[in-house]
Amino acid sequence: MDGDDLKRVAYYPGCALEGTGHAYNRSTKEVGKALGLDLVELENWNCCGAMEVKNVDPQVQTYLSARNLAIAEDMGFDKVMAPCNGCYHNLKKAEYDLAHNPHAAEVNDRISKKAGHATYQPGGVETIHALDWIKRAVGEDVLREKARGKLKGLKIANYYGCMYTRPRHIFPEKDKGPGSESTLKPHFMDDILAAAGAENVDFPLKTACCGGAHSLSDSDISTKLVLNILQTAEACGAEVIATECPTCHTGLEMHQVRAEKVLGRKTNVKILYFTQLLGMALGLSASKVGVQENLSDPSDLLRAKGLG
Amino acid sequence: MPIHEKSLIRPENLVTHDQLVIDGVDVSGHWSTFITSRTITDYNEALQDEIAALPGGEYIHRCWQCGSCTNACTVNAIEPDFNPRYWIYLIRQGLEEELLRDKDILWQCVSCNKCTYACPRDVVPEGVMKATAHWLELKGHTPKSPSTHFDEGFTESILATGKIEEGRVLRTFFKRTGQPLNQPWLVALVTGLVRRFPIFYLARMGFSAVFRPRTRGWSRTGAAIQDYVNERQAEQRAALGLDVKGGH
Repeated sequence: MDGDDLKRVAYYPGCALEGTGHAYNRSTKEVGKALGLDLVELENWNCCGAMEVKNVDPQVQTYLSARNLAIAEDMGFDKVMAPCNGCYHNLKKAEYDLAHNPHAAEVNDRISKKAGHATYQPGGVETIHALDWIKRAVGEDVLREKARGKLKGLKIANYYGCMYTRPRHIFPEKDKGPGSESTLKPHFMDDILAAAGAENVDFPLKTACCGGAHSLSDSDISTKLVLNILQTAEACGAEVIATECPTCHTGLEMHQVRAEKVLGRKTNVKILYFTQLLGMALGLSASKVGVQENLSDPSDLLRAKGLG
Repeated sequence: MPIHEKSLIRPENLVTHDQLVIDGVDVSGHWSTFITSRTITDYNEALQDEIAALPGGEYIHRCWQCGSCTNACTVNAIEPDFNPRYWIYLIRQGLEEELLRDKDILWQCVSCNKCTYACPRDVVPEGVMKATAHWLELKGHTPKSPSTHFDEGFTESILATGKIEEGRVLRTFFKRTGQPLNQPWLVALVTGLVRRFPIFYLARMGFSAVFRPRTRGWSRTGAAIQDYVNERQAEQRAALGLDVKGGH
């Protein structure tokens, strides 16, 4: 078990968690506190480039992540935790590209030198997701003990989105058999919430795309994709869709409103970050995990379930 | 049943006669439909190399047309004309005119990476889609897509400050694409948020409008990245036979 060296990790919140994903940032930190885990924010981090910079130049995107990894290493960490799928994916991809693509490594070196900092060498820092962090640092047994079935009776569809599992080659630790995460049927969020007592519904669209990259630039397609996810979750009997990415979360919330306003299709499923659900299972109040910032107001449901 | 899979042929290439006699034989009825013959003379033999010169297109030559990309594609499921396998085929054959028929939808790839996951040849079809959409714009076949406007505004923000502030990226995007900010669903979204938690949101909006988030000491880094981007874009324009200095 690597639980102990995950008790204190570098933390890369990223831009979204300082904006629309504020509630994810807040609930992640609160959950960490409640579980006795220490997050040390990367000093003076920069944006990872999200889904956009790679379309201007992929090597620049690699550099942006490499700079953040260099900071983590400089601060003496060998693990950095990124709760946002976009950040997580980009740090992972940079790690892969620096090790496998000489051109990416050369550009990283060149820009790092000009910018005046040490060039990050692959292998120095392992990037983990908030799901890895909780599952590996705490584990289901402890969660079960602490949550005492608090999410009992809550029907959840776990939604992981695209960037947590695709493309698989940038996640060498996944698909390694029992105990490891699967890129086809991810289950870490299911495991964590089940340990807190939730009833996970059998949801076929765990890794479907919400159209997040074109949430604004091609809203009609995004609305269709999101509506499909929301309606499928409802058809599977879910009361809540649990998310682990600020872009997915905002996309689902935003296009839930848009589907109602533009297509006249109303859905009632609530959208919550898994850290919000876990936080409430650990006894934190709804306001502490930022539920009031969610667009799909879940307060009636939470009250009915005795949460928050 | 003379023509199987008629649905795969474009209507304008099918000719149907009510009454038809050929060499004295009456072929009216089932045998009266023909496909007009086409002779293709305008191959662009450089097409694959041009796409490969743009970021994301590097591995297009590996494709062996299995169709896993289209089969896995998120957009294809809602928009059947969005067909990465077919576009890769056209590019590799140099069939530029055929490719241009789909120029207005090609930018719609949502980068879900399902194709890249499914591809047995590591073509990175997602990258090829981006490279092709970029090619269409560079060659002047299409105006900049909303997606390109978004990418550019986003990247400019990072080059300037090291970070993005969502409100600013959003305003830049709406301005550049000429969209109004008062669309009913956007208004419903913002009022929904503000009504539930007014002080927090108003304070945050005010704060981020005044204090732009930034990475300290970024100017040197931003300049180093900009130098590299300028150099790469000049190389790309040269590979496409375009004036190196011309604006995108």
